[in-house]
Amino acid sequence: MSTRTIEVALSTPGLDARGNATQVPLGLPEYHPVQDDLGGEHMLINIGPQHPATHGVLRLVVELDGETVVRVVPHIGYLHSGFEKLGEYRFYNQIIPLTDRTDYLSPMANNCALALAAEKLMGVTITERCQVLRVIAFEISRIISHLVWLGTTGIDLGAYTPFLWCFYQRERLYNLQEAWTGARLTTSVSRVGGMMADVPEGWEAGLRDFIRTFPKTLDEVDAMFTRNAIWCGRTQGVGVLSAEDAINYSLSGPMLRASGVDYDVRKDRPYLGYETYDFDVPIGEHGDIYDRYRVRLEEMYQSTRILAQAVERLEQLKGAPVNVSDPRLILPPKSRAMSDMEAMIFHFKQVMEGVKAPVGEAYFGVENPKGELGYYFVSDGTAKPVRWRIRPPSLINLACLPKLCEGVLLSDVIAINASIDIVMGEIDR
Amino acid sequence: MERVHEVLAFLRDDPEQQFNYLTDITAVEYRDAGRPLEVVWQLRSLGRKADLRLKVELPQAGALVVPSVFDLWKGADWLEREVYDLFGVTFTGHPDLRRLLMWETYAEGHPLRKDFPLRGHFSRAEQTRQALAANPEAHYSLEELSIAAAYDELPADMKDRLAHGERGSVI
Repeated sequence: MSTRTIEVALSTPGLDARGNATQVPLGLPEYHPVQDDLGGEHMLINIGPQHPATHGVLRLVVELDGETVVRVVPHIGYLHSGFEKLGEYRFYNQIIPLTDRTDYLSPMANNCALALAAEKLMGVTITERCQVLRVIAFEISRIISHLVWLGTTGIDLGAYTPFLWCFYQRERLYNLQEAWTGARLTTSVSRVGGMMADVPEGWEAGLRDFIRTFPKTLDEVDAMFTRNAIWCGRTQGVGVLSAEDAINYSLSGPMLRASGVDYDVRKDRPYLGYETYDFDVPIGEHGDIYDRYRVRLEEMYQSTRILAQAVERLEQLKGAPVNVSDPRLILPPKSRAMSDMEAMIFHFKQVMEGVKAPVGEAYFGVENPKGELGYYFVSDGTAKPVRWRIRPPSLINLACLPKLCEGVLLSDVIAINASIDIVMGEIDR
Repeated sequence: MERVHEVLAFLRDDPEQQFNYLTDITAVEYRDAGRPLEVVWQLRSLGRKADLRLKVELPQAGALVVPSVFDLWKGADWLEREVYDLFGVTFTGHPDLRRLLMWETYAEGHPLRKDFPLRGHFSRAEQTRQALAANPEAHYSLEELSIAAAYDELPADMKDRLAHGERGSVI
Protein backbone atom coordinates (compact mmCIF):
# COMPACT_ATOMS: atom_id res chain seq x y z
CA MET A 1 0.00 0.00 0.00
CA SER A 2 1.51 3.29 -1.03
CA THR A 3 1.28 6.43 1.07
CA ARG A 4 0.18 9.53 -0.71
CA THR A 5 -0.76 12.98 0.39
CA ILE A 6 -4.07 14.24 -0.79
CA GLU A 7 -5.04 17.82 -0.43
CA VAL A 8 -8.39 18.19 1.21
CA ALA A 9 -9.73 21.68 1.12
CA LEU A 10 -13.33 22.73 0.95
CA SER A 11 -13.91 26.16 -0.43
CA THR A 12 -15.65 27.32 2.71
CA PRO A 13 -13.68 29.74 4.82
CA GLY A 14 -15.34 28.37 7.96
CA LEU A 15 -13.44 25.18 7.71
CA ASP A 16 -10.02 26.72 7.76
CA ALA A 17 -10.91 29.05 10.59
CA ARG A 18 -11.38 26.07 12.86
CA GLY A 19 -7.94 24.83 12.03
CA ASN A 20 -8.78 21.64 10.19
CA ALA A 21 -5.72 20.12 8.58
CA THR A 22 -5.62 20.56 4.84
CA GLN A 23 -2.95 17.90 4.38
CA VAL A 24 -4.00 14.40 5.28
CA PRO A 25 -1.51 11.53 4.96
CA LEU A 26 -3.24 8.28 4.33
CA GLY A 27 -2.98 4.91 2.70
CA LEU A 28 -5.07 4.69 -0.42
CA PRO A 29 -6.74 1.41 -1.29
CA GLU A 30 -5.46 -0.10 -4.48
CA TYR A 31 -7.98 -0.95 -7.13
CA HIS A 32 -7.73 -3.99 -9.25
CA PRO A 33 -9.25 -3.62 -12.67
CA VAL A 34 -11.34 -6.49 -13.87
CA GLN A 35 -8.94 -9.03 -15.28
CA ASP A 36 -10.38 -11.33 -17.86
CA ASP A 37 -7.33 -13.53 -18.05
CA LEU A 38 -7.89 -14.81 -14.54
CA GLY A 39 -10.74 -16.70 -16.09
CA GLY A 40 -12.86 -16.87 -12.99
CA GLU A 41 -16.58 -17.12 -13.29
CA HIS A 42 -18.55 -14.05 -12.40
CA MET A 43 -20.60 -14.41 -9.29
CA LEU A 44 -23.99 -12.83 -8.74
CA ILE A 45 -24.84 -11.77 -5.22
CA ASN A 46 -28.05 -10.36 -3.91
CA ILE A 47 -27.93 -7.67 -1.20
CA GLY A 48 -31.23 -6.73 0.37
CA PRO A 49 -34.07 -5.85 0.27
CA GLN A 50 -33.92 -6.62 4.00
CA HIS A 51 -30.36 -5.67 4.84
CA PRO A 52 -29.24 -3.05 7.37
CA ALA A 53 -26.61 -1.58 5.04
CA THR A 54 -29.12 -0.80 2.31
CA HIS A 55 -30.85 1.80 4.52
CA GLY A 56 -34.32 0.48 3.91
CA VAL A 57 -35.69 -1.89 1.33
CA LEU A 58 -33.24 -1.34 -1.48
CA ARG A 59 -32.18 -4.47 -3.30
CA LEU A 60 -28.85 -4.60 -5.12
CA VAL A 61 -27.86 -7.40 -7.44
CA VAL A 62 -24.09 -7.28 -7.68
CA GLU A 63 -22.05 -9.05 -10.31
CA LEU A 64 -18.62 -9.84 -8.92
CA ASP A 65 -15.32 -10.91 -10.38
CA GLY A 66 -13.53 -12.14 -7.30
CA GLU A 67 -14.09 -9.23 -4.94
CA THR A 68 -14.26 -6.60 -7.66
CA VAL A 69 -17.62 -5.28 -8.72
CA VAL A 70 -18.36 -5.62 -12.40
CA ARG A 71 -21.88 -4.33 -12.30
CA VAL A 72 -24.57 -3.29 -9.85
CA VAL A 73 -28.25 -3.49 -10.72
CA PRO A 74 -30.42 -1.69 -8.14
CA HIS A 75 -34.02 -2.79 -7.71
CA ILE A 76 -36.47 -0.46 -6.07
CA GLY A 77 -40.20 -0.30 -5.53
CA TYR A 78 -40.55 -2.44 -2.41
CA LEU A 79 -42.04 0.50 -0.55
CA HIS A 80 -44.14 1.86 -3.41
CA SER A 81 -47.35 3.29 -1.98
CA GLY A 82 -48.71 5.30 -4.87
CA PHE A 83 -48.53 8.67 -3.11
CA GLU A 84 -48.74 10.58 -6.39
CA LYS A 85 -51.93 8.73 -7.29
CA LEU A 86 -53.37 9.32 -3.80
CA GLY A 87 -52.62 13.02 -4.10
CA GLU A 88 -54.94 13.29 -7.11
CA TYR A 89 -57.85 12.30 -4.84
CA ARG A 90 -57.13 14.76 -2.04
CA PHE A 91 -57.42 18.47 -1.30
CA TYR A 92 -54.15 20.38 -1.22
CA ASN A 93 -54.04 20.50 2.57
CA GLN A 94 -54.84 16.80 2.74
CA ILE A 95 -51.72 16.02 0.72
CA ILE A 96 -49.49 17.40 3.49
CA PRO A 97 -49.73 14.23 5.65
CA LEU A 98 -48.62 12.21 2.63
CA THR A 99 -45.42 14.24 2.41
CA ASP A 100 -44.53 13.26 6.00
CA ARG A 101 -44.24 9.72 4.78
CA THR A 102 -42.11 10.25 1.69
CA ASP A 103 -38.79 11.48 3.06
CA TYR A 104 -39.50 10.47 6.63
CA LEU A 105 -36.14 11.78 7.87
CA SER A 106 -37.11 15.38 7.12
CA PRO A 107 -40.91 15.59 7.34
CA MET A 108 -41.11 19.28 8.25
CA ALA A 109 -39.11 20.28 5.16
CA ASN A 110 -41.44 18.25 2.93
CA ASN A 111 -44.52 19.81 4.53
CA CYS A 112 -43.25 23.31 3.96
CA ALA A 113 -42.15 22.51 0.40
CA LEU A 114 -45.63 21.28 -0.44
CA ALA A 115 -47.24 24.39 1.03
CA LEU A 116 -44.83 26.55 -0.99
CA ALA A 117 -45.72 24.73 -4.22
CA ALA A 118 -49.45 25.04 -3.58
CA GLU A 119 -49.03 28.72 -2.69
CA LYS A 120 -47.15 29.31 -5.93
CA LEU A 121 -50.00 27.64 -7.82
CA MET A 122 -52.62 29.74 -6.03
CA GLY A 123 -50.60 32.97 -5.96
CA VAL A 124 -50.59 33.34 -2.18
CA THR A 125 -48.01 35.49 -0.37
CA ILE A 126 -47.28 34.26 3.14
CA THR A 127 -46.55 36.37 6.20
CA GLU A 128 -43.10 37.25 7.45
CA ARG A 129 -43.38 35.20 10.64
CA CYS A 130 -44.50 32.19 8.63
CA GLN A 131 -41.40 32.54 6.46
CA VAL A 132 -39.15 32.51 9.52
CA LEU A 133 -40.97 29.51 10.98
CA ARG A 134 -40.53 27.63 7.72
CA VAL A 135 -36.83 28.45 7.55
CA ILE A 136 -36.53 27.00 11.05
CA ALA A 137 -38.46 23.91 9.95
CA PHE A 138 -36.19 23.45 6.93
CA GLU A 139 -32.96 23.82 8.87
CA ILE A 140 -34.06 21.60 11.76
CA SER A 141 -34.93 18.95 9.18
CA ARG A 142 -31.57 19.36 7.51
CA ILE A 143 -29.73 18.79 10.78
CA ILE A 144 -31.91 15.80 11.69
CA SER A 145 -31.43 14.20 8.30
CA HIS A 146 -27.68 14.79 8.20
CA LEU A 147 -27.28 13.46 11.75
CA VAL A 148 -29.00 10.23 10.77
CA TRP A 149 -26.80 10.05 7.69
CA LEU A 150 -23.63 10.66 9.69
CA GLY A 151 -24.49 8.13 12.38
CA THR A 152 -25.58 5.34 10.06
CA THR A 153 -22.73 5.87 7.61
CA GLY A 154 -20.32 5.66 10.55
CA ILE A 155 -21.87 2.32 11.48
CA ASP A 156 -21.61 1.10 7.90
CA LEU A 157 -17.89 1.83 8.01
CA GLY A 158 -17.39 0.38 11.47
CA ALA A 159 -17.57 3.42 13.77
CA TYR A 160 -20.26 3.04 16.38
CA THR A 161 -19.65 5.85 18.88
CA PRO A 162 -20.56 8.88 16.71
CA PHE A 163 -23.88 7.19 16.02
CA LEU A 164 -24.80 7.56 19.68
CA TRP A 165 -23.69 11.22 19.77
CA CYS A 166 -25.66 11.99 16.62
CA PHE A 167 -28.81 10.29 17.80
CA TYR A 168 -28.62 12.03 21.16
CA GLN A 169 -28.63 15.40 19.39
CA ARG A 170 -31.34 14.25 17.02
CA GLU A 171 -33.45 13.34 20.02
CA ARG A 172 -33.20 16.92 21.29
CA LEU A 173 -34.47 18.21 17.95
CA TYR A 174 -37.24 15.62 17.95
CA ASN A 175 -38.31 16.91 21.34
CA LEU A 176 -38.49 20.43 19.92
CA GLN A 177 -40.40 19.11 16.94
CA GLU A 178 -42.81 17.32 19.24
CA ALA A 179 -43.34 20.41 21.35
CA TRP A 180 -44.20 22.40 18.22
CA THR A 181 -46.30 19.96 16.24
CA GLY A 182 -47.33 17.26 18.70
CA ALA A 183 -45.67 14.59 16.60
CA ARG A 184 -42.13 13.36 16.28
CA LEU A 185 -42.31 11.98 12.78
CA THR A 186 -45.65 12.73 11.15
CA THR A 187 -45.44 16.43 11.79
CA SER A 188 -47.75 17.87 9.08
CA VAL A 189 -46.61 21.27 10.27
CA SER A 190 -47.58 23.48 7.34
CA ARG A 191 -50.82 24.54 5.78
CA VAL A 192 -51.43 26.28 2.47
CA GLY A 193 -51.12 29.94 3.46
CA GLY A 194 -49.60 29.40 6.87
CA MET A 195 -48.65 26.88 9.50
CA MET A 196 -50.59 24.33 11.49
CA ALA A 197 -49.58 26.19 14.67
CA ASP A 198 -47.22 28.81 15.96
CA VAL A 199 -44.41 27.60 18.20
CA PRO A 200 -45.48 27.30 21.85
CA GLU A 201 -44.44 29.71 24.59
CA GLY A 202 -40.80 29.30 25.59
CA TRP A 203 -39.95 27.14 22.57
CA GLU A 204 -37.30 29.56 21.40
CA ALA A 205 -35.33 29.03 24.59
CA GLY A 206 -35.07 25.31 23.82
CA LEU A 207 -33.88 26.04 20.30
CA ARG A 208 -31.33 28.55 21.57
CA ASP A 209 -30.02 25.96 23.99
CA PHE A 210 -29.64 23.52 21.12
CA ILE A 211 -27.88 26.07 18.91
CA ARG A 212 -25.47 26.88 21.72
CA THR A 213 -24.45 23.30 22.55
CA PHE A 214 -24.89 21.42 19.28
CA PRO A 215 -21.67 22.56 17.52
CA LYS A 216 -19.69 20.87 20.29
CA THR A 217 -20.97 17.51 19.13
CA LEU A 218 -20.06 18.37 15.55
CA ASP A 219 -16.57 19.29 16.74
CA GLU A 220 -16.32 15.91 18.44
CA VAL A 221 -17.40 14.08 15.29
CA ASP A 222 -14.97 16.23 13.34
CA ALA A 223 -12.14 15.25 15.71
CA MET A 224 -13.16 11.60 15.48
CA PHE A 225 -13.53 11.28 11.69
CA THR A 226 -11.88 13.99 9.67
CA ARG A 227 -8.28 12.95 10.25
CA ASN A 228 -8.96 9.35 11.16
CA ALA A 229 -6.78 7.03 9.07
CA ILE A 230 -9.40 4.29 8.79
CA TRP A 231 -12.14 6.74 7.86
CA CYS A 232 -9.94 8.47 5.29
CA GLY A 233 -8.78 5.15 3.87
CA ARG A 234 -12.33 3.93 3.40
CA THR A 235 -13.68 7.16 1.95
CA GLN A 236 -11.00 9.12 0.11
CA GLY A 237 -10.83 8.38 -3.57
CA VAL A 238 -13.80 5.99 -3.37
CA GLY A 239 -16.96 6.57 -5.38
CA VAL A 240 -15.54 9.51 -7.30
CA LEU A 241 -17.83 11.45 -9.59
CA SER A 242 -16.64 14.38 -11.69
CA ALA A 243 -18.55 17.66 -11.89
CA GLU A 244 -19.61 17.00 -15.52
CA ASP A 245 -20.94 13.58 -14.61
CA ALA A 246 -22.72 14.93 -11.55
CA ILE A 247 -24.59 17.42 -13.74
CA ASN A 248 -25.20 14.82 -16.44
CA TYR A 249 -26.74 12.47 -13.88
CA SER A 250 -29.00 15.29 -12.59
CA LEU A 251 -27.63 14.96 -9.06
CA SER A 252 -28.56 17.58 -6.52
CA GLY A 253 -27.83 18.62 -2.98
CA PRO A 254 -24.65 17.53 -1.17
CA MET A 255 -23.95 14.92 -3.87
CA LEU A 256 -23.73 17.64 -6.52
CA ARG A 257 -21.78 20.07 -4.35
CA ALA A 258 -19.26 17.44 -3.23
CA SER A 259 -18.37 17.04 -6.90
CA GLY A 260 -17.50 20.72 -7.07
CA VAL A 261 -20.63 22.20 -8.62
CA ASP A 262 -21.62 25.37 -6.82
CA TYR A 263 -25.38 25.01 -6.89
CA ASP A 264 -27.64 25.42 -3.91
CA VAL A 265 -31.30 26.24 -4.42
CA ARG A 266 -31.24 28.46 -1.34
CA LYS A 267 -28.57 30.65 -2.95
CA ASP A 268 -29.42 30.40 -6.63
CA ARG A 269 -33.21 30.61 -6.56
CA PRO A 270 -33.87 31.98 -3.07
CA TYR A 271 -37.18 31.29 -1.40
CA LEU A 272 -38.44 32.13 2.09
CA GLY A 273 -36.01 35.04 2.23
CA TYR A 274 -32.91 32.85 2.30
CA GLU A 275 -31.02 35.60 0.51
CA THR A 276 -31.25 37.69 3.70
CA TYR A 277 -29.54 35.05 5.86
CA ASP A 278 -25.79 34.93 6.23
CA PHE A 279 -24.50 31.44 5.48
CA ASP A 280 -21.94 29.66 3.31
CA VAL A 281 -22.37 26.76 0.93
CA PRO A 282 -19.59 24.17 1.22
CA ILE A 283 -18.25 22.82 -2.06
CA GLY A 284 -16.15 19.69 -2.44
CA GLU A 285 -13.25 19.18 -4.78
CA HIS A 286 -12.84 15.48 -5.44
CA GLY A 287 -16.39 14.21 -5.52
CA ASP A 288 -15.58 11.20 -3.37
CA ILE A 289 -17.24 9.89 -0.21
CA TYR A 290 -14.92 11.92 1.99
CA ASP A 291 -15.96 15.17 0.34
CA ARG A 292 -19.62 14.26 0.72
CA TYR A 293 -18.94 13.74 4.42
CA ARG A 294 -17.15 17.09 4.71
CA VAL A 295 -19.92 18.89 2.82
CA ARG A 296 -22.67 17.44 5.01
CA LEU A 297 -20.73 18.11 8.21
CA GLU A 298 -20.19 21.71 7.20
CA GLU A 299 -23.83 22.09 6.19
CA MET A 300 -24.81 21.26 9.76
CA TYR A 301 -22.60 24.08 11.07
CA GLN A 302 -24.16 26.40 8.51
CA SER A 303 -27.69 25.29 9.38
CA THR A 304 -26.94 26.10 13.00
CA ARG A 305 -25.86 29.57 11.87
CA ILE A 306 -29.12 30.04 9.97
CA LEU A 307 -31.13 28.81 12.96
CA ALA A 308 -29.39 31.33 15.22
CA GLN A 309 -30.37 34.17 12.87
CA ALA A 310 -33.88 32.84 12.42
CA VAL A 311 -34.57 32.55 16.13
CA GLU A 312 -33.56 36.22 16.55
CA ARG A 313 -36.08 37.21 13.89
CA LEU A 314 -38.70 35.02 15.53
CA GLU A 315 -38.28 36.99 18.76
CA GLN A 316 -38.53 40.27 16.86
CA LEU A 317 -41.73 39.14 15.16
CA LYS A 318 -43.34 37.92 18.37
CA GLY A 319 -47.09 38.29 18.15
CA ALA A 320 -47.11 38.88 14.39
CA PRO A 321 -49.65 36.84 12.42
CA VAL A 322 -48.53 33.46 11.09
CA ASN A 323 -51.34 32.72 8.66
CA VAL A 324 -52.53 34.89 5.80
CA SER A 325 -55.77 36.67 6.62
CA ASP A 326 -57.84 35.01 3.91
CA PRO A 327 -60.88 33.13 5.24
CA ARG A 328 -61.11 31.10 2.03
CA LEU A 329 -57.66 29.60 2.69
CA ILE A 330 -57.25 29.37 6.43
CA LEU A 331 -59.70 27.64 8.75
CA PRO A 332 -61.21 29.94 11.39
CA PRO A 333 -60.59 29.08 15.05
CA LYS A 334 -62.97 26.39 16.24
CA SER A 335 -64.60 28.69 18.79
CA ARG A 336 -65.47 31.20 16.07
CA ALA A 337 -66.69 28.53 13.69
CA MET A 338 -69.12 27.43 16.40
CA SER A 339 -70.38 30.91 17.28
CA ASP A 340 -70.11 33.07 14.18
CA MET A 341 -72.29 32.36 11.14
CA GLU A 342 -69.82 33.64 8.54
CA ALA A 343 -66.89 31.78 10.06
CA MET A 344 -68.97 28.63 10.10
CA ILE A 345 -69.76 28.97 6.38
CA PHE A 346 -66.09 29.38 5.50
CA HIS A 347 -65.24 26.43 7.74
CA PHE A 348 -67.88 24.30 6.05
CA LYS A 349 -66.83 25.25 2.54
CA GLN A 350 -63.16 24.54 3.22
CA VAL A 351 -63.79 21.20 4.83
CA MET A 352 -66.42 20.00 2.36
CA GLU A 353 -65.30 21.58 -0.90
CA GLY A 354 -61.65 22.31 -0.30
CA VAL A 355 -59.69 25.27 -1.58
CA LYS A 356 -59.96 25.64 -5.34
CA ALA A 357 -56.77 26.35 -7.22
CA PRO A 358 -56.82 28.28 -10.49
CA VAL A 359 -56.27 26.44 -13.76
CA GLY A 360 -52.54 26.17 -14.34
CA GLU A 361 -49.42 24.49 -13.16
CA ALA A 362 -46.53 25.22 -10.84
CA TYR A 363 -43.18 23.65 -10.11
CA PHE A 364 -41.48 24.59 -6.88
CA GLY A 365 -38.05 23.25 -5.97
CA VAL A 366 -36.48 23.57 -2.53
CA GLU A 367 -33.15 22.56 -1.07
CA ASN A 368 -34.04 19.53 1.01
CA PRO A 369 -31.38 17.69 3.03
CA LYS A 370 -31.13 15.00 0.36
CA GLY A 371 -31.08 17.34 -2.62
CA GLU A 372 -33.54 19.34 -4.65
CA LEU A 373 -37.06 18.32 -3.77
CA GLY A 374 -39.53 19.58 -6.36
CA TYR A 375 -43.30 19.49 -6.28
CA TYR A 376 -45.09 19.91 -9.58
CA PHE A 377 -48.80 20.60 -9.48
CA VAL A 378 -51.16 20.65 -12.43
CA SER A 379 -54.60 22.02 -11.68
CA ASP A 380 -57.78 22.03 -13.75
CA GLY A 381 -59.52 24.55 -11.50
CA THR A 382 -60.92 22.08 -8.97
CA ALA A 383 -59.90 21.62 -5.37
CA LYS A 384 -57.87 18.52 -6.13
CA PRO A 385 -54.79 18.50 -8.37
CA VAL A 386 -54.88 16.70 -11.70
CA ARG A 387 -51.31 15.67 -11.18
CA TRP A 388 -49.04 15.86 -8.21
CA ARG A 389 -45.49 15.02 -9.14
CA ILE A 390 -42.70 14.65 -6.60
CA ARG A 391 -39.21 15.19 -7.94
CA PRO A 392 -37.50 12.83 -5.51
CA PRO A 393 -33.85 13.78 -4.91
CA SER A 394 -33.01 10.37 -3.44
CA LEU A 395 -34.26 8.51 -6.51
CA ILE A 396 -32.30 10.63 -8.93
CA ASN A 397 -29.16 10.51 -6.77
CA LEU A 398 -29.43 6.73 -6.42
CA ALA A 399 -29.64 6.29 -10.19
CA CYS A 400 -25.90 6.97 -10.47
CA LEU A 401 -25.01 4.11 -8.08
CA PRO A 402 -24.11 1.67 -10.91
CA LYS A 403 -21.76 4.29 -12.32
CA LEU A 404 -20.11 4.94 -8.94
CA CYS A 405 -19.65 1.24 -8.25
CA GLU A 406 -17.77 0.34 -11.44
CA GLY A 407 -14.64 -1.54 -10.50
CA VAL A 408 -14.72 -0.98 -6.75
CA LEU A 409 -14.51 -3.67 -4.10
CA LEU A 410 -17.64 -5.17 -2.64
CA SER A 411 -17.14 -3.48 0.75
CA ASP A 412 -16.96 -0.12 -1.04
CA VAL A 413 -20.43 -0.67 -2.48
CA ILE A 414 -21.78 -0.38 1.06
CA ALA A 415 -19.78 2.81 1.67
CA ILE A 416 -20.83 4.36 -1.65
CA ASN A 417 -24.46 3.48 -1.14
CA ALA A 418 -24.33 5.06 2.32
CA SER A 419 -22.70 8.21 0.95
CA ILE A 420 -25.59 8.87 -1.43
CA ASP A 421 -27.89 9.37 1.57
CA ILE A 422 -31.03 7.68 0.31
CA VAL A 423 -34.35 7.26 2.01
CA MET A 424 -36.50 4.56 0.50
CA GLY A 425 -39.81 6.14 1.44
CA GLU A 426 -39.05 8.92 -1.00
CA ILE A 427 -37.51 6.74 -3.71
CA ASP A 428 -40.47 4.40 -3.93
CA ARG A 429 -43.17 6.86 -2.93
CA MET B 1 -42.73 14.13 -32.16
CA GLU B 2 -39.46 12.96 -33.66
CA ARG B 3 -38.06 16.46 -33.27
CA VAL B 4 -38.29 16.43 -29.47
CA HIS B 5 -34.83 14.99 -29.21
CA GLU B 6 -33.50 17.57 -31.66
CA VAL B 7 -35.08 20.43 -29.70
CA LEU B 8 -33.76 19.15 -26.37
CA ALA B 9 -30.28 18.67 -27.82
CA PHE B 10 -30.41 22.26 -29.13
CA LEU B 11 -31.51 23.57 -25.74
CA ARG B 12 -28.66 21.74 -24.06
CA ASP B 13 -25.87 22.58 -26.49
CA ASP B 14 -26.69 26.00 -27.92
CA PRO B 15 -24.38 28.58 -26.32
CA GLU B 16 -27.30 30.96 -25.84
CA GLN B 17 -29.51 28.35 -24.20
CA GLN B 18 -27.17 26.21 -22.05
CA PHE B 19 -29.91 24.18 -20.39
CA ASN B 20 -27.36 21.67 -19.19
CA TYR B 21 -29.30 20.23 -16.26
CA LEU B 22 -32.29 17.94 -16.59
CA THR B 23 -34.42 18.56 -13.52
CA ASP B 24 -37.24 16.15 -14.16
CA ILE B 25 -39.18 14.13 -16.69
CA THR B 26 -42.78 13.34 -15.99
CA ALA B 27 -46.16 12.97 -17.67
CA VAL B 28 -49.57 14.50 -17.06
CA GLU B 29 -52.93 12.98 -17.90
CA TYR B 30 -56.01 15.15 -17.51
CA ARG B 31 -59.35 14.09 -16.09
CA ASP B 32 -60.96 15.18 -19.36
CA ALA B 33 -60.55 12.03 -21.46
CA GLY B 34 -60.45 14.05 -24.68
CA ARG B 35 -57.29 15.92 -23.74
CA PRO B 36 -54.01 14.42 -24.88
CA LEU B 37 -51.49 13.04 -22.46
CA GLU B 38 -48.52 15.33 -21.94
CA VAL B 39 -44.88 14.42 -21.39
CA VAL B 40 -43.04 17.15 -19.49
CA TRP B 41 -39.33 17.88 -19.40
CA GLN B 42 -38.09 20.36 -16.80
CA LEU B 43 -34.76 21.83 -17.81
CA ARG B 44 -32.44 24.18 -16.02
CA SER B 45 -29.39 26.16 -16.90
CA LEU B 46 -27.09 26.13 -13.88
CA GLY B 47 -24.96 28.93 -15.34
CA ARG B 48 -27.75 31.26 -16.48
CA LYS B 49 -30.01 30.34 -13.55
CA ALA B 50 -32.94 29.90 -15.90
CA ASP B 51 -35.66 27.27 -16.03
CA LEU B 52 -37.60 25.87 -18.92
CA ARG B 53 -40.52 23.49 -19.10
CA LEU B 54 -41.03 21.64 -22.37
CA LYS B 55 -44.24 19.75 -23.01
CA VAL B 56 -45.30 17.41 -25.77
CA GLU B 57 -48.88 16.32 -26.32
CA LEU B 58 -49.48 12.69 -27.20
CA PRO B 59 -52.97 11.92 -28.59
CA GLN B 60 -54.64 9.23 -26.50
CA ALA B 61 -55.67 7.34 -29.61
CA GLY B 62 -52.17 7.02 -31.05
CA ALA B 63 -49.17 5.19 -29.73
CA LEU B 64 -47.62 6.86 -26.70
CA VAL B 65 -44.08 7.12 -28.04
CA VAL B 66 -41.42 9.81 -27.60
CA PRO B 67 -37.68 9.72 -28.21
CA SER B 68 -35.43 9.03 -25.26
CA VAL B 69 -32.91 11.64 -24.13
CA PHE B 70 -30.74 9.09 -22.37
CA ASP B 71 -27.90 9.89 -24.76
CA LEU B 72 -28.04 13.56 -23.72
CA TRP B 73 -28.50 13.13 -19.97
CA LYS B 74 -27.69 9.93 -18.11
CA GLY B 75 -30.06 11.16 -15.42
CA ALA B 76 -32.94 10.47 -17.81
CA ASP B 77 -32.48 6.73 -17.32
CA TRP B 78 -34.66 6.13 -14.28
CA LEU B 79 -36.94 9.08 -14.93
CA GLU B 80 -37.94 7.64 -18.31
CA ARG B 81 -38.32 4.19 -16.83
CA GLU B 82 -40.64 5.62 -14.22
CA VAL B 83 -42.83 7.37 -16.80
CA TYR B 84 -42.91 4.16 -18.83
CA ASP B 85 -43.86 2.19 -15.75
CA LEU B 86 -46.58 4.47 -14.40
CA PHE B 87 -47.98 5.95 -17.62
CA GLY B 88 -47.08 3.48 -20.35
CA VAL B 89 -45.18 6.00 -22.48
CA THR B 90 -42.47 4.30 -24.55
CA PHE B 91 -39.16 6.11 -24.92
CA THR B 92 -37.53 4.97 -28.14
CA GLY B 93 -33.77 4.65 -27.90
CA HIS B 94 -33.70 3.95 -24.17
CA PRO B 95 -31.27 1.06 -23.72
CA ASP B 96 -33.04 -0.64 -20.84
CA LEU B 97 -36.69 0.37 -20.65
CA ARG B 98 -38.06 -1.77 -17.83
CA ARG B 99 -40.57 -1.10 -15.13
CA LEU B 100 -38.99 0.77 -12.23
CA LEU B 101 -41.35 0.89 -9.26
CA MET B 102 -43.73 -1.93 -10.11
CA TRP B 103 -42.23 -5.37 -10.52
CA GLU B 104 -41.25 -6.56 -13.95
CA THR B 105 -44.03 -9.09 -14.40
CA TYR B 106 -46.74 -6.67 -13.25
CA ALA B 107 -49.55 -7.08 -15.74
CA GLU B 108 -52.36 -4.83 -14.51
CA GLY B 109 -51.42 -1.77 -16.55
CA HIS B 110 -50.01 1.61 -15.66
CA PRO B 111 -51.08 2.88 -12.23
CA LEU B 112 -50.98 6.65 -12.78
CA ARG B 113 -53.31 6.53 -15.79
CA LYS B 114 -56.74 7.96 -15.06
CA ASP B 115 -58.48 4.77 -16.20
CA PHE B 116 -56.62 2.83 -13.51
CA PRO B 117 -58.85 2.68 -10.41
CA LEU B 118 -57.37 4.02 -7.17
CA ARG B 119 -57.82 0.68 -5.45
CA GLY B 120 -56.41 -1.36 -8.33
CA HIS B 121 -58.12 -3.81 -10.63
CA PHE B 122 -58.44 -6.61 -8.09
CA SER B 123 -60.14 -6.88 -4.72
CA ARG B 124 -58.07 -6.85 -1.55
CA ALA B 125 -58.65 -10.59 -1.11
CA GLU B 126 -57.48 -11.32 -4.63
CA GLN B 127 -54.41 -9.12 -4.19
CA THR B 128 -53.52 -10.95 -0.98
CA ARG B 129 -53.99 -14.30 -2.68
CA GLN B 130 -51.74 -13.29 -5.56
CA ALA B 131 -49.10 -11.89 -3.20
CA LEU B 132 -49.01 -15.11 -1.20
CA ALA B 133 -48.90 -17.23 -4.34
CA ALA B 134 -45.99 -15.29 -5.79
CA ASN B 135 -42.50 -16.57 -5.20
CA PRO B 136 -40.50 -13.40 -4.56
CA GLU B 137 -37.20 -15.25 -4.39
CA ALA B 138 -37.53 -16.14 -8.06
CA HIS B 139 -37.71 -12.48 -9.01
CA TYR B 140 -34.36 -12.15 -10.65
CA SER B 141 -34.84 -10.42 -13.94
CA LEU B 142 -34.10 -12.16 -17.19
CA GLU B 143 -31.12 -9.86 -17.58
CA GLU B 144 -29.66 -10.85 -14.24
CA LEU B 145 -30.22 -14.50 -14.93
CA SER B 146 -28.42 -14.20 -18.22
CA ILE B 147 -25.46 -12.66 -16.41
CA ALA B 148 -25.24 -15.64 -14.17
CA ALA B 149 -25.88 -17.99 -17.08
CA ALA B 150 -28.04 -19.89 -14.70
CA TYR B 151 -31.21 -19.52 -16.66
CA ASP B 152 -30.78 -22.80 -18.50
CA GLU B 153 -30.42 -24.65 -15.25
CA LEU B 154 -33.71 -23.44 -13.84
CA PRO B 155 -36.67 -25.79 -13.54
CA ALA B 156 -39.01 -25.62 -16.49
CA ASP B 157 -41.94 -24.10 -14.59
CA MET B 158 -39.78 -21.28 -13.23
CA LYS B 159 -38.40 -20.56 -16.69
CA ASP B 160 -41.92 -20.42 -18.02
CA ARG B 161 -43.06 -18.10 -15.25
CA LEU B 162 -40.13 -15.74 -15.73
CA ALA B 163 -40.59 -15.65 -19.46
CA HIS B 164 -44.32 -15.02 -19.44
CA GLY B 165 -45.01 -13.29 -16.15
CA GLU B 166 -47.11 -14.63 -13.37
CA ARG B 167 -50.38 -13.63 -14.93
CA GLY B 168 -49.70 -14.83 -18.41
CA SER B 169 -47.90 -12.04 -20.20
CA VAL B 170 -45.41 -9.31 -19.56
CA ILE B 171 -46.59 -5.89 -20.64
